[in-house]
Amino acid sequence: MPDPWSLYSEKVMEHFKNPRNVGEIENPDGMGRVGNPVCGDIMELYIKVNDGIIIDAKFKTFGCGAAIATSSMVTEMVKGKRIEEALKISNKAVAEALDGLPPVKMHCSVLAEEALKSAIEDYLEHQKLKKQT
Amino acid sequence: MRRIYLDHAATTPTRPEVVKAMLPYFTDAFGNPSSIYSYGREARGAVEEARTKVAELIGARSEEIIFTSGGTEADNYALKGIAYANERKGDHIITTSIEHHAVLEVCKFLGRRGFKITYLPVDEYGLVAPDDVKRAITDKTILISVMHANNEVGTIEPVEEIGKIAREAGVCFHTDAVQTLGHIPVNVDKLKVDLLAISAHKFYGPKGVGALYVRKGTRLVSFMHGGEQEKRRRAGTENVPAIVGLGRAVELAGQEIGKEAEQLAYLRDKLIKGIGEKIDHIRLNGHPTRRLPNSVNVSVDFVEGESLLLNLDLEGICASTGSACSSAILEPSHVLLALGLPPEQAHGSLRFTLGRENTEADVERVLEVLPGIVAKLRAMSPLLKTKNRSETNA
Repeated sequence: MPDPWSLYSEKVMEHFKNPRNVGEIENPDGMGRVGNPVCGDIMELYIKVNDGIIIDAKFKTFGCGAAIATSSMVTEMVKGKRIEEALKISNKAVAEALDGLPPVKMHCSVLAEEALKSAIEDYLEHQKLKKQT
Repeated sequence: MRRIYLDHAATTPTRPEVVKAMLPYFTDAFGNPSSIYSYGREARGAVEEARTKVAELIGARSEEIIFTSGGTEADNYALKGIAYANERKGDHIITTSIEHHAVLEVCKFLGRRGFKITYLPVDEYGLVAPDDVKRAITDKTILISVMHANNEVGTIEPVEEIGKIAREAGVCFHTDAVQTLGHIPVNVDKLKVDLLAISAHKFYGPKGVGALYVRKGTRLVSFMHGGEQEKRRRAGTENVPAIVGLGRAVELAGQEIGKEAEQLAYLRDKLIKGIGEKIDHIRLNGHPTRRLPNSVNVSVDFVEGESLLLNLDLEGICASTGSACSSAILEPSHVLLALGLPPEQAHGSLRFTLGRENTEADVERVLEVLPGIVAKLRAMSPLLKTKNRSETNA
């Protein structure tokens, strides 16, 4: 039964209860860590890339229900996407995919977007270094 | 699913005896206490009877009790009432960094209007040092406000000693007794307080009603202007059913106070011990012995409080946290930070406050499900690997 007074949508709760892609990737091609303990949210996102396509993504998150759900959702969304497509994933898209977030929790979706961008930047940085050597 | 309510510091269920006492005052005895005819006299009698009951429980005179809409109003009235009645005498107020927002926000408000506020620190257990209060007093000090027990960590403050200091200095002393009244003995003479805030719904009375004790001779400006109710200090037609409910709740608390405290302290200690045994990297917040009989507050390292609460809620268990992930400011509890906790431990705090309907089975149920919840959240925590993961199994 949907609960109209629940803080979160059913979809958020579903991802919170059964988060996808929890964990770390050994020898990832890119890794991003964002957030800080003062705000109570820290996200780590790992990606594995093959031929410019993200073939795997995993996360580790310290944070509230929305932080866990957005982490889970963003890892789902990037899998199978080309790097340039993944870079276009916005915090709004993550929140929408979860059927919305309460206004005070939108910053969690921002963190998810930032974690993804940071992981991709890390990957691109490595690529650059590889080319130079 | 069986629900287990463990958030009695937030609110308590109104006892059936209390509801029963209130009901006639909605319908048959609906009169306005200010009216002189029979209906009015009936209501007036009920209000005054409740006043006497409240006064008796705290060792006050009935004319020293003013009914309010709750604890927040009582605190607001005490602070603003004293501040504005003593503007010519002084402008300095002493309080603590761990007060309820009903005191802290009023202090901030008064601070913006020219009053000088001293926020005293607390030690790692949340205790205020009476010596600090003594040192903070100046010839401009008009009020000291220190809570009787803290709502988040349950630490019982040395109010009696502070009361002695305040009296010697001739400074008015207010205490927020919202978490203690009805749970541990509260006596205004023993505590040496001039003002004391009470809230009914924290001890099985109805919401929306409370009281402020004002020692005879204490001057404060009126809180509400209008009719002549509450000796013109708090105008507005009395909330008769709620006041009757407060009176009945006070009466029941007076009869059962020791027995309830003993039962709750037993469950509290069992819960604290069990959590400590079943989960590692736990910190008990608040004082180990000087604490409310119903209050458990722990920090669970590497995990965040709201996630703990949501998972407990999925198991039907209702608790609370000092993590402020849901508030706009994102800063964790000011109380836990004042105790010196690093932000991540404050975000990982979990508060269980027991009540009279809780049983040993409730505590056992928490101890059964909590370790699994913590393990699940720790498995996804990026904070854990920076520590030694092998130390941590739950």
